[in-house]
Amino acid sequence: MQEGRVLPASVVNRDLLSSILTSPRWFWFALLVLGLIVLGGFSAAGLMVNKGLGVTGLNRPVMWGFFIVNFVFWIGISHAGVMLSAILRLSKAEWRRPATRAAEVLTVFSLMTAMLMPLIHTGRPWRLVYWIYTIPFIPYDFARGIWPNIRSPLVWDPSAVYTYLTSSILFVLVALIPDMAVLRDRTTGIPHKIYAAMSMGWQGNPRQWKLQIIAGVLLSALILPVFVSVHSIVSWDFGMAVAVKSWHSTIFAPYFVVGAVHSGVSAVAFVMIILRWIYGWQDYIRHEHIDALGRLLIVVATGWFYFFVMEVIFGFYGREADEIAVRELQFTKPPWNLWFMFFTGLTYFLPVAMWLASSWRRNLWLMSIACISVNIGMWLERFLIIVPGLAQKQLFTFSWYTYAPSAVEITIIGATFALVAMLMILFARVLPLIPLYDIKEGEILKTEIRIGRRIVPATFRED
Amino acid sequence: MARRPILGLFEDADYAAEAGDALKAADISEEDYDFLTDAPYPEGAFGEREERHRLYVFPLVGALIGLTIGILMTSMTQMAYPMVQGGKPIMGLPPMAVVTYESTMLTAIVFTIIGIVFESRLPKTKKGLYDTRITEGYIGVLVNVEEDQLSRVNSILTQAGAIDVVRES
Repeated sequence: MQEGRVLPASVVNRDLLSSILTSPRWFWFALLVLGLIVLGGFSAAGLMVNKGLGVTGLNRPVMWGFFIVNFVFWIGISHAGVMLSAILRLSKAEWRRPATRAAEVLTVFSLMTAMLMPLIHTGRPWRLVYWIYTIPFIPYDFARGIWPNIRSPLVWDPSAVYTYLTSSILFVLVALIPDMAVLRDRTTGIPHKIYAAMSMGWQGNPRQWKLQIIAGVLLSALILPVFVSVHSIVSWDFGMAVAVKSWHSTIFAPYFVVGAVHSGVSAVAFVMIILRWIYGWQDYIRHEHIDALGRLLIVVATGWFYFFVMEVIFGFYGREADEIAVRELQFTKPPWNLWFMFFTGLTYFLPVAMWLASSWRRNLWLMSIACISVNIGMWLERFLIIVPGLAQKQLFTFSWYTYAPSAVEITIIGATFALVAMLMILFARVLPLIPLYDIKEGEILKTEIRIGRRIVPATFRED
Repeated sequence: MARRPILGLFEDADYAAEAGDALKAADISEEDYDFLTDAPYPEGAFGEREERHRLYVFPLVGALIGLTIGILMTSMTQMAYPMVQGGKPIMGLPPMAVVTYESTMLTAIVFTIIGIVFESRLPKTKKGLYDTRITEGYIGVLVNVEEDQLSRVNSILTQAGAIDVVRES
């Protein structure tokens, strides 16, 4: 990389392990606040289980509301991990180094949170036991005569999400082994024993490093197809639903995948800015990294916008009554048309306009605003796909109804954001959020050459 | 005679590479010494032996197992509950493909992880001779030799520029 100073291994250890070896003052306060919000969310979910789904705003014909919107949103955020870690690793992009671990961990926690949503949405989460057949090696509940309908996208969905979740957890754990050896050498007592067990006797010989590097590339290549399949299959929850004609769109799969990458990479950029701020990692998460993410996001956002426009055009071009009815809601009927304007502005026009200027991409406040804007917009996008599709006027007038979320739903949705934030800071408290060995490898490969009277970095410019 | 480990610690990668060359010149087999680092150095940076592995076999085997499980699971499920839906065949290949694809990928990834751990020779219950300074950026040259050669190796490592030489207590 072109910027930053030379960092000896001891300094890298000291800086990047500071969140683990010392307790910052704000940590316990943040944990308490986030914990209380999460507790509030679980209490609201408990109330819903006790009283029934009547405490939500769900009613015929809008039976998929905030919970399913939030499910799709968090699945989208989870696409950050593979996008940044796998694609940048395979393309050997130097600037990936500080971003990969945070992206992978965000993937794991957002997937876990996403999986809570359909469970809560059912109103009877204890029935999970009937669903877990999708995890291989756990037998079907033959005795009770319960048969999974393998032809339903709602069965494909958990099989894809569990595959992605399992793969992402294993990916994170394998990449953590060398860093756990560093922690093993710097801790005593019970933490030392735990880190020693988790590092499995890692020594750092050439064989282990060779396999660790191959593992990163091989696992990236294997998870990449899973990553594409996950949001494609999530889109088929809608695209292949027989009952809701306005969801029948053949472009949904790539549209959802690119949208997920858009929101996920924006979320990672925002998380990196937060990490830089709270842990003082200015030497590791530098302006050039955020700048590179901003440039990547322009491409991703424009790709997403192309699919969005195509989806709207195809909807009009077919002239099917249900599709036109939904478009009428989205474009002409308040409040849907206002939400639609907000959504397009927040998802594309505002952030991309901000990312076009290099000085704005390097301004962390403006980048934070742009990234938050994308994620508010992407949340609205899922809302505007799901709810108007169901809320349009039905055949029978008795089922004409719109949707307004209840306080219970809003509390649960708010708690999911607190849950992911809480899990991230808890992770940072016990394990490094920036891969130490990856940073050290970058330092080793950083060479300078003399050209004439100047000493310049030998790496090609990436910014 | 029993073989004993001896560990030389180097601040500089060049000196560690020189130590490797000196050990080779002293007729110590490449199998008997190793370089311990806290970060991956480019392959061959220390003139070390080439490491061979069979990691690529693991995902292949895993994928085949996952494919078989996926086909069996989806086909048996549909055959066990033969309800015709919308005039479609009982054994629908498109839905089978989706679930089978996921099970294939999942098992391939799980087997890759097993392969990485196995081929890295982990877990190691006995860590052997080690120094925590290695994870501070020092490069360790770990040599396993006959007990009577320890002093010779000690002097090779020291002459190559080791800042410290550690032996088993």
